Amino acid sequence: MSSERSLLGLRVAITGGTAGLGLALVQTLHARGAQIAFVARTAARVDAIERGHTGTHGIVGDVSVKEDIHRIALQILGRLGGLDILINNASELGPTPLQLLADTDCETLEQVMATNLLGPFRLTKALLGALAAAARERRGGVVLNISSDAAVNAYPRWGAYSVSKAALAHLTRIWNEESRSHGVKLLALDPGDMDTSMHARAVPDADPSELKRPAQAAEELIAAIVDLLPSETVQRKAS
Amino acid sequence: MRAASEPVQRRPASRLLLLTATGEVVHAYRHDLARFVRADDVIVANDAATLPASLAAIHARSGERIEIRLAARRSLDPREVLTFDAIVFGAGNFRTRTEARPLPPPLRVGDEVSFGSIQGVIEALLDHPRFIRLTFAATAAEVWRMLATHGRPIQYAHVQQALALWDVWTPFAANPVAYEAPSAGFALDWALLERLRARGARFVTLTHAAGISSTGDDELDARLPFDEPFSIPERTACAIQCARDRGSRVIAIGTTVVRALEAAATKEGVVHAGEGIATQRIGSTTRLQVVDALLSGAHEFGTSHYELLRAFTADERLREMSSVLEADGYLTHEFGDAIFVEADLARAPPRKRVVDRPSRRPSPRRSAEFACEACD
Repeated sequence: MSSERSLLGLRVAITGGTAGLGLALVQTLHARGAQIAFVARTAARVDAIERGHTGTHGIVGDVSVKEDIHRIALQILGRLGGLDILINNASELGPTPLQLLADTDCETLEQVMATNLLGPFRLTKALLGALAAAARERRGGVVLNISSDAAVNAYPRWGAYSVSKAALAHLTRIWNEESRSHGVKLLALDPGDMDTSMHARAVPDADPSELKRPAQAAEELIAAIVDLLPSETVQRKAS
Repeated sequence: MRAASEPVQRRPASRLLLLTATGEVVHAYRHDLARFVRADDVIVANDAATLPASLAAIHARSGERIEIRLAARRSLDPREVLTFDAIVFGAGNFRTRTEARPLPPPLRVGDEVSFGSIQGVIEALLDHPRFIRLTFAATAAEVWRMLATHGRPIQYAHVQQALALWDVWTPFAANPVAYEAPSAGFALDWALLERLRARGARFVTLTHAAGISSTGDDELDARLPFDEPFSIPERTACAIQCARDRGSRVIAIGTTVVRALEAAATKEGVVHAGEGIATQRIGSTTRLQVVDALLSGAHEFGTSHYELLRAFTADERLREMSSVLEADGYLTHEFGDAIFVEADLARAPPRKRVVDRPSRRPSPRRSAEFACEACD
């Protein structure tokens, strides 16, 4: 399957879309012709990215806040007129330098879980009807949750983040099983260690030249999503 | 009858009353719905999500606080959200019954209205002092942002607490084009959809901009429902065609689905995919062309809701059903109990009838009128 396939008209929502991997996903999908809504917390950043990518829809919101979820969902669905693909990318590391679990405040763990687990859960639930409609219409219906190798491996000091990503990965697997009957597909993928500001905060002495470029990770993730789309999505047949 | 006053879409003991095609009344629970559905039935729901259509505003010329309830627009296009028809109320909130709300200040064409972040202007009065055409002086993106941050769902005086957006989105809500919730869909959750599929029924959706249920004014209420745009996906039109070819039933989840499908149907009962506007009223003289049965909320006899039921069955049966609902303490309105009404034999859409088909079987036959890829 060509990784350069046009994604013209596919309706994609991306959380955490103004930095790192999220921004790379916005840029790559925009270049391929997708219709994009992206979400981030800071209005000025959202406006700047929206202005720099004509036709994208910037939405200000915080996925860790329950009251924001339907406000975000309303604007995604309102502005795109539906949704084919949701990418839950927004992610929180917790305080850096990273802490031992025994030194982690309960409130920190709660906040990390709110962003990395509850946020994707709530937003997916709010958008599931639209994704199922896209699946019925053979347009799409895919949820990509951004995971990490920390979801699998027990790295000391990565506790809060790791726990949230492990839970998100398992939530994804279960929900994917449960969604088969209505055609929505969920997957969790680890993009690898990337040269992003989040990685720099977590591992300040890492050599950036040894890290993956976010644009490359974005290409790989998009290829994985395209593989899950119904075959008739990209070249729809007129009835 | 008693209105459900808690905003819970699926109470554990939600009830369901079945009125069969032969007039039999059966008491059941919501989760029993699958028992009343047959293999090959096509279940059509309205997947419209509900807008936060109630907007607190300031009427600039008088300085008075008003509430504007968005009530209609001409299309479902997400970019065409600058102009709406809307009902204006005076100060106050949902704790006052709609009929008892004070009037707004006198409204004139050209009056400006402020919604916090954006402004609007009254473009026209629609043959009534508080029914207006409103145009926002903003981009579509700004309108969506204002609705998300400033708007609230239209509230009901019979529901005790303020409704949030999640209270009024059905589990399968998709495009936000409804002004009030297509609340018959509250009865369905994903587990029940699975059970319906396991029965061999097919679940499909259309999108219909369900309008407001009450304006608090008899003259305006008499104009309800307003014209409502809808959109029918190819797969849904195809599934309905397959039901026609097989002689199996089309079950509407909610009155808005009946309105959309009957508006879209040709005289021969064929439903084509695409967009349309429902302008008709459905009542005792309507000849159903598509829909065989309806799942709906319970409502009092005599309400506009009942008018639509009269297309399905005889008045005496509806009156009897109404007294059973009353006597047995069924809860009414958006968050209440449900009724499942089968069209009686005199009123059901004309088609080949196959009763109690034992199992799903593929139907390779294609209709000459409408081709769809496959029936399964």
